[in-house]
Amino acid sequence: MTLLGQFALWVAALVGIWGAAIGYSGRWRGRPALEQSVIRAVYGVFALLVVAAVCLWQGLITHDFNIEYVSSYTSRNLPSYYIISAFWAGQKGSLLFWALVLSLFASLAQWFTPSRHRSLMPHVAAVTLTITVFFLSVMLFAANPFSRLSFTPEDGRGLNPQLQNVGMVMHPPMLYLGYISIGIPFAFAMAALLSRRLDPGWIQAIRKWTLVSWLFLSIGITLGMWWAYVELGWGGYWAWDPVENASLLPWLTMTAFLHSVMIQEKRGMLKRWNFMLIIGSFLLSIFGTFITRSGVISSVHSFTQSSVGYFFLAFLVMAAVLSYTLLYTRWPLLEAEVQLESLASREAAFLFNNLVLIGIAFSVLWGTLFPILSEAVRGTKISVGPPFFNKVNIPLGLLLLLLTGIGPLIAWRKATTANLKRQFIVPVATGVATAVLLFLLGMRDGYVLMALGLAGFVSGTIGQEFTRGVRARRRMYSESFPTAFAHLIARNRRRYGGYIVHAGMVIYFVAFSGMAFKREREATLKPGESVELTSPYGDTYRLTHQGISQYEALNRVVTAAAVEVTRNGRRIGVMSSEKRQHVDSFGRPTFEPSTEVAIKSTPREDLYIVFAGAVSGTEEAVYRFTINPLVMWVWAGAVVLVVGGLLTMWPGSGPTGVPRREQAGYQVQLVGAAGAKDQD
Amino acid sequence: MRPGNKFLLGSALIVVAVALLMVEGLKQFGQYSFNPSELAARVASDSSFYGVGLKLEAKVVPGSVRRDVASQTIDFQVSDGAHTIPVTYRGLAPDTFTDQQDIEVIVEGRLGRDGVFRATSLFAKCGSRYEAKYQGSTKA
Repeated sequence: MTLLGQFALWVAALVGIWGAAIGYSGRWRGRPALEQSVIRAVYGVFALLVVAAVCLWQGLITHDFNIEYVSSYTSRNLPSYYIISAFWAGQKGSLLFWALVLSLFASLAQWFTPSRHRSLMPHVAAVTLTITVFFLSVMLFAANPFSRLSFTPEDGRGLNPQLQNVGMVMHPPMLYLGYISIGIPFAFAMAALLSRRLDPGWIQAIRKWTLVSWLFLSIGITLGMWWAYVELGWGGYWAWDPVENASLLPWLTMTAFLHSVMIQEKRGMLKRWNFMLIIGSFLLSIFGTFITRSGVISSVHSFTQSSVGYFFLAFLVMAAVLSYTLLYTRWPLLEAEVQLESLASREAAFLFNNLVLIGIAFSVLWGTLFPILSEAVRGTKISVGPPFFNKVNIPLGLLLLLLTGIGPLIAWRKATTANLKRQFIVPVATGVATAVLLFLLGMRDGYVLMALGLAGFVSGTIGQEFTRGVRARRRMYSESFPTAFAHLIARNRRRYGGYIVHAGMVIYFVAFSGMAFKREREATLKPGESVELTSPYGDTYRLTHQGISQYEALNRVVTAAAVEVTRNGRRIGVMSSEKRQHVDSFGRPTFEPSTEVAIKSTPREDLYIVFAGAVSGTEEAVYRFTINPLVMWVWAGAVVLVVGGLLTMWPGSGPTGVPRREQAGYQVQLVGAAGAKDQD
Repeated sequence: MRPGNKFLLGSALIVVAVALLMVEGLKQFGQYSFNPSELAARVASDSSFYGVGLKLEAKVVPGSVRRDVASQTIDFQVSDGAHTIPVTYRGLAPDTFTDQQDIEVIVEGRLGRDGVFRATSLFAKCGSRYEAKYQGSTKA
């Protein structure tokens, strides 16, 4: 089977090169058969990669430990779902996964793009095939998932226990799906530049793709946070590690793109900027992969340092030079159709939003690369950690939150003073009231007060938009409240789905500010001894060490330490944190012992217990107890965000398509009129 | 003032704010990152480097780790082949911190005049063939 898999990779590479060469050459113009051949190359590469993937999975499932990849990431006693997910657990397999999904997306893009954009498609095919061929050549020349060992081990080395977690089964593929799907809008952008068809057509064709990749990135990043939180035991979910930063960068630029693209649709501005953003997002997704795999920046996420990183660096540089050069040659064709009319306009709010997002992205990129930059320029390596990123990004994040509340309140083109007054009163009052109330309740942390006050402001904005919409519908169509609410969203999914995404972001911000009140205590306890920890709400937790027990499970030996927990004298229960020594099917230890954290989550706070070890030979245990406020809301924010995101993309009735520019203006007036009537 | 210019002014304000925040952040939180030889060379030429907060990246000397669980103290040595520096760390170590195999660590802390590096945080990287190892930090 590995022979077949190998063969499939080679053929896929050749087919891909053929399709890309013809696609770029433009010889297909006026020759439908050749044009078809380019498109079919996309489907063909996908089919071949499916064959290769099946071969690798077959090797994993049948425990063919002669395949180096299989013996490196699985063992006979590994639970079956981890055998499936081992496909993307290692470098080589994840490259195949990447190529497979990219070719799947490329095929879907060919299949589902409406025929009115057909003239773009051969170029789109050429670009997606080029990226796929790049991944194929990395596999074929540097990291072949099908390479065999000279001997057959009796058992594999097993999967790193820290990867044996549901979050880790889902987190990498989600993040990959996000990274990979950026390739599709990028391909459309390149196709538009190559074919000089620079009307807004390409933007309409990719609207859903940008949302898809943004949504996958959001889910992937949040799952990564969840995994870090439950699995790594340091008591937090975001450490500004280079690899985390690398995943945040394309998310920021994609968020900027999603907003600025609306300005191009409605007003014909920012054409060049949009091209720069989508190219930048694609390059950052490749950059993220490069950082993860090259070991060029000290990260605690160390993928094996290998030559693969340099393939990515070369590809990154080439893609950057070629795509920006191409953009430069089409520069004069991308003149804006209108100028900004007023600073009090939605365009201006979106522009500032873009600037802040790019500012955040730039500072994160700079901080991440600073060790390399300082070493190159001054000869000394200087690095920055979480305090730097927090210092820069907390104020910028708050500014962004402010703009999230302002944007939807201002009309396109130019808002009048009366209009502004009418729109802003309720949200501003909500925000101020929130901050004042919290201040009176005794909260004194300036940033947190601002964050929560702004969260109140944005919630006021979202609430006002929904209330006005529902009221207008109830008046016009005399619908009941729930019907009006449902219809409001259904008829304008893009707008109200977007507001729900904003609500999700508000929840994230509130949850993040909770971490300012983290409480932590380390203790060494004999059985029966206890410590107290006071939560930021003033509750007293009493934590009593019960003892240590040892037992064996399927693929591990477990040492568990139990803690009895009471809050304000009321017993909550026993929580148990473990040290796990994983073993292979012969009982030999694999990997270092790993810690299993005990977490008790409530909407107010999480109690987080880490068993750090026993004093040798006794039942005396070392613990770290942490109270993390509001962590549950991070995950809740993600759920809201995904619901909103799905709503904006959901196909079906209603004006989900892109309105023409004239219509857009009309719509704004209509909504404004409905709102004005509402106000009387 | 034309709206375009007003916008440029607003943008300039944001850009300046970002730049200022970054410069301040670097001044305040930038840390030297050395390997043992670089650190040794630094303190040899400029004794004011004793007691400066910095990061030290090196490999753990196999067999050098001494743990005292009761006081949560870990003593070990790190080396880059040329220079070896003793490190003492108080706090919880990440799971992958062992001296069983060649592991790389990043410790944050200060080098004392007694030549001992007092670490306030300890990150462990795994240089072995197992991939995708993510080690959490433990902050003291």
